[in-house]
Amino acid sequence: MKNKNLIIALTSSLVAIVIGLIIGFIVVYLTDSSIAVDAYTVLLSGGFYKGIKSTGEVLFYAMPVMMTGLSVAFAFKCGVFNIGTPGQYILGAFTSIFVCTYCDFIPSSVLWLVALIAGGIAGAIWAIIPGILKAFRNVNVVISCIMMNYIGMLLVIKWVKQYIYNSTGATSLTVSSANAVPSFGLYDFFNRSNVNIGIFIAIGLCILAYFILNKTTFGFELKAVGYNSEASRYAGMDDKKCIIISMMIAGFFAGIGGALAYTAGTGKSISTSEVLAADGFTGISIALLGFNNPLGVICAALFISYIELGGYYMQAYNIPVEIIDVIVACIIYCSAFSFFIRKIIESFFEKIGKGGKE
Amino acid sequence: MVIFHFMFDQMLLFCIPLLVVALAGLFSERSGVVNIALEGIMIFGAFIGILLMYFLQTYEILSGQALLLVCILAAAIAGGLFSLFHAVASVSFGADQTISGTALNLLAPAIGVFVAKLIFNGTDSISFKNEFIISRVPVLTDIPFIGELLFTNFYLTTFLGIFILIGTWFFFYKTKFGLRMRACGEFPQAADAAGINVGKMRYLGVIISGVLAGVGGIIYVIPVTTSFDSQVAGYGFLALAVLIFGNWKPWRIATASVFFAICKTISTTYVIVPVLLNSGISPTYYKLLPYVATLILLAFTSKNSAAPKACGEPYDKSKR
Repeated sequence: MKNKNLIIALTSSLVAIVIGLIIGFIVVYLTDSSIAVDAYTVLLSGGFYKGIKSTGEVLFYAMPVMMTGLSVAFAFKCGVFNIGTPGQYILGAFTSIFVCTYCDFIPSSVLWLVALIAGGIAGAIWAIIPGILKAFRNVNVVISCIMMNYIGMLLVIKWVKQYIYNSTGATSLTVSSANAVPSFGLYDFFNRSNVNIGIFIAIGLCILAYFILNKTTFGFELKAVGYNSEASRYAGMDDKKCIIISMMIAGFFAGIGGALAYTAGTGKSISTSEVLAADGFTGISIALLGFNNPLGVICAALFISYIELGGYYMQAYNIPVEIIDVIVACIIYCSAFSFFIRKIIESFFEKIGKGGKE
Repeated sequence: MVIFHFMFDQMLLFCIPLLVVALAGLFSERSGVVNIALEGIMIFGAFIGILLMYFLQTYEILSGQALLLVCILAAAIAGGLFSLFHAVASVSFGADQTISGTALNLLAPAIGVFVAKLIFNGTDSISFKNEFIISRVPVLTDIPFIGELLFTNFYLTTFLGIFILIGTWFFFYKTKFGLRMRACGEFPQAADAAGINVGKMRYLGVIISGVLAGVGGIIYVIPVTTSFDSQVAGYGFLALAVLIFGNWKPWRIATASVFFAICKTISTTYVIVPVLLNSGISPTYYKLLPYVATLILLAFTSKNSAAPKACGEPYDKSKR
């Protein structure tokens, strides 16, 4: 029975993906029919287009969005829509760069780990505020998260200028490759791609989150509160505590995501323009695509960065890279119908089942 | 006085789009559909409106206030049509309203930039001429105080916004139709039992919401820039905050948007107010003001939040 559910879930997301890709193809075809097939081949071969190096890049780009996706998914399981990932993400990014810049008394072999954890804690602190406001003052989480996003963005810009400013580029300082997350040979294995062991950390955290949610009493309580907070309170669970802790954990993941993106030693720096971190919002898409399941998030993050890379390469055909967002939006829109698609597939299965018996 | 006048004008520029988009959200949520897609609908409406404006200006077909009204109308229609996606998913198919809203938020800027890049050879924004500010009108401008405040260097959209506010209040509290729509957001099963077509009402709620959000999009864009890059600076989300802050009631939404606009005005115009400029407070804190103030106020007012009870739930006839 459980297997059948899994198959149905996978099929309905595959249907959504196929519909999204078909709509994308139609758009490309309408744009320029002569190159449509070639351009789309490049898009679809995304992560393999330039051999194993592209595969490494897919892993690299998947890393931060896997964490923001996990953040949204984890909070979702507890009934909270964490739209605050852009704020938590950028706080994590800032803190990790700050630690790498100022804590040079820590040996550089473990400095990256300290920076990552510090980034996670910063994200957790940022997320705990909407959690507390929700638990004790009944403040709508969506709104408080949006406010926290802007507050976080503006404060980080101020702090970047104050503490870690690189005035020549009007951005933050970057993390030197000596203090960066190590690659342990992945750099050479993937033909000089940017990927590092952060991807294993990200996948590991997803698996850990899966374990917490599905194999522990604590996870069961979180899900129960998410499903029906009043019934859980009646059953003796502390729903306030659950909301706060789930937001804290979600924020921790988003913060780690920011830290991973900026301590990779690739020269990435925080911009001082007043724009919310896009990786945070991508996290929402990824959580939705992955059915809010931590393991689904791993697949969704890899898939999204796969076609993002394809879209990047496809620009050579003069197709604007925004085509990817159009495709992803269509996929997410279709996945909103998953309940409906599921019903169709179920009735299809039933028919087959009956046909077999007769 | 000059400073006050300037700040008041600034305040209106922040306030009116927020008000219109928050009221847009009101229609949808009062009928029972969460509309997190306001940001996307704003962008799409503004995009179609501004694109039309670009062509009409380039070929000099229309100009002045007539052009403005035509483009607002185009934005309204575009917003209404775009919101249909949300309506189909959330009303006809009982889909998760957050997911479909998020998809629209992602889709709108992508389409905008995509099309702009194709039309303008790789440039992601559309430029237009702002010819819509009215410096003065006979008689009205000469009214003391109010004339100077409201009828000097103003946009017609200010009055459109006020008109929409009054219209919304009238609709929800003075018409049978509005009462019925509210019933669909509170207790759709009862509304259905009373012979109201819940699905139809919700479709209407979402579409009106789209129309208003489209209008809100274009009236936000026109005064602040002359080059639209398919972004509205998070205004759709802020409007959502204003809607919740305003407790889903038209006049409280108006108060909330004025409050937010005043905070926002202080954060952008503190430079011209000597007291604020010389206080030694970092500009960042002024910028933080609207967001922090909203958070604090929400913490004190949210205990008795009056969200429509059935908001966000697909209508299930079997629960009747």
